Amino acid sequence: MIEVKKLYKRFGLKTVLRGVDFSVQPGEFVALLGPNGAGKTTFLRILASLSRPSLGQVHVAGYALPGQSAAVRQRLGVVSHMPLLYGDLTAEENLQFYGRMYNLPALDERISAVLEMVGLTTRRRDLVRTFSRGMQQRLAIGRAVLHDPDVMLFDEPYTGLDQDASEMLDAVLKNVAAAGRTVVMTSHDLARAEDLATRFDILSRGIIAASARPADLGNTNLLAFYKQALAS
Amino acid sequence: MNPTPDSPRPSSYLRATLAVAWKDLAAELRSRELLSAMLVFSTLVILIFYFALELDVKARNGITAGALWVTFAFAGTLGLNRSMAIEKDRGCLDGLLLAPVDRSAIYFGKALSNLAFMLIVEIIVLPLYSVMYNINLFNPGLLAVTLLGSIGYTAVGTLLATMSVQTRTRDVLLPILLFPVVIPVLVAAVKASSGYLTGADINEITPWINILIVYNIIFIAVAFMVFDFVVEE
Amino acid sequence: MPSQPRALQLLNILSALLLAAAAIMVFTYAPTEKVMGEVQKVFYFHVATAWVGMLGFIVAAVVAIIYLRTKDLKWDAIGLAAVEISLVFFFVAIFLGSIWARPAWGTWWTWEPRLTTAAILEMVYLAYLLLRQGLEDPERRARFGAVYTILGGLSVPLTFISIRIFRTIHPVIIGTGGSEKMNMEPAMLTTMFFSIFVFSIIFVTLFWHRIRLGQYAEKIEHLKLKLSQ
Repeated sequence: MIEVKKLYKRFGLKTVLRGVDFSVQPGEFVALLGPNGAGKTTFLRILASLSRPSLGQVHVAGYALPGQSAAVRQRLGVVSHMPLLYGDLTAEENLQFYGRMYNLPALDERISAVLEMVGLTTRRRDLVRTFSRGMQQRLAIGRAVLHDPDVMLFDEPYTGLDQDASEMLDAVLKNVAAAGRTVVMTSHDLARAEDLATRFDILSRGIIAASARPADLGNTNLLAFYKQALAS
Repeated sequence: MNPTPDSPRPSSYLRATLAVAWKDLAAELRSRELLSAMLVFSTLVILIFYFALELDVKARNGITAGALWVTFAFAGTLGLNRSMAIEKDRGCLDGLLLAPVDRSAIYFGKALSNLAFMLIVEIIVLPLYSVMYNINLFNPGLLAVTLLGSIGYTAVGTLLATMSVQTRTRDVLLPILLFPVVIPVLVAAVKASSGYLTGADINEITPWINILIVYNIIFIAVAFMVFDFVVEE
Repeated sequence: MPSQPRALQLLNILSALLLAAAAIMVFTYAPTEKVMGEVQKVFYFHVATAWVGMLGFIVAAVVAIIYLRTKDLKWDAIGLAAVEISLVFFFVAIFLGSIWARPAWGTWWTWEPRLTTAAILEMVYLAYLLLRQGLEDPERRARFGAVYTILGGLSVPLTFISIRIFRTIHPVIIGTGGSEKMNMEPAMLTTMFFSIFVFSIIFVTLFWHRIRLGQYAEKIEHLKLKLSQ
């Protein structure tokens, strides 16, 4: 579903990604872990077609980036730590707006279904700026799944959420992943990642330093694996 | 400039353009923060002109067109800044860029709503100015010039605001970037407006109208071509 | 650090010699203008510096388009060099122009189309430099700079045309002039064209130096980055 080969990204003279090789099979939920500044967000922005690779090949959902970016965007849902929502529009209006940007048919039914899924049906006519951080983040997920994408990218979705909101987000994320979607999520919350992901990749100093599935970990816990990967 | 404008349906470009403009107008009609700021500012400028230039009846006729366009230009930067800041601050610009449409559709949508805001302000400021200075500004020629000038101003302004909002200096930068390149619009609009107000011969006004039209065509075309470069990373 | 290439060293010397020659020519070969007197001599360098400013303006606009097509940062450095040279030379041209304008028209500054357009172009350049200053990422800086240079390259001629529709008191030097056409003797024309030629050489020399400076600046950035890692 996602194929990345020898990906480099430079900002001027600074090289953020130095030859990332990364591959995700359909239906996998990959947690991309790593310290701040390791290039997680940059990497996700490239997958999202928001940033151009300096060098290397990137294929998402079978289409090349940046060449076929419009086709990729059609099949891609993105949730970042910013909600990407308009505060002066209602929940419903925000979804209507994005639905029109994606040129979706039968928009009203789709919006109702999505609001139901993220548990905001009762608040559909309220302005987004009156929403709590957690509700905004759930609506942001609703926005990201509106066009029923095959691939989803989550960039630190838990930033700024309290315990309750995080647990509700957990439920929604599991729901999203259960629909057979391919998910890549960056996080530095190891416990959450361990709970959700089917694979853990560790990005350090611009490369994938280690990769493991829960079964591979055996007796070592994720934290030990993470520390070991960073040390090497 | 998008390498593959393989839109799923032919109408998606227009639909996206209108969606962006609709979204801005809907949000603005609810909060009214952008329009009220522009209007209060415009009124203040008009008041200041009275004291600064001692606009007696004789001076008024010669200076009205200039005073109006200075007001529009300054109020315009307020609106442009605010309209792009809304996109940038909450990360919404990324949301727009993630949509599977050619990026120029986003530009045209933003330019359309910015133009609408500017026209709304002008529709309110013109009668206000008429009343305060006892000048009749209801002149079809003047209104046409106002529309033409506002199109050129917002076409370039939207592009430059998209750039300035991504810099460290942000709001301070927009007027500095915008005014030197929008001078042809301001000169032509002031001259043509003043021509209509003083009842000048149409042959004196035509060259200015031509400049406005040429400017609009050139800069809308250029903005269409370069907008991708302003939002990509 | 590699030393200057031979051709550049040659250009340095050539520029200095030619500038001296042009100065001598202005003061000894060119006749004194009958109406304006000695002060008219400033005109030769005024035209020549304005010419260099114009060259820089055109080069910058062309290079901006090339940059957006190739995305090679080399072109950004070249564009910046062209803008800086144009900025300085238009400033000198405006300065010399007002030395001339004071006795000729009795005022330091006139709202004459070319002079006004040059002043607005200086503003475009300053805005360009401020824009660059506000951006960290070199690629974004180059892209935005190129876009803005193109906007300036298109709007400044339109600015000139629109100001031109006002009356002008600037003498029209070449081409079909109005009543204020300056009387140019052949020796004056020769001096003017020689000055233009000399300043074109100076333009090439400075341009080359400025591009080399840009390359060194980039090298220093590289080294700094290596040290910090």
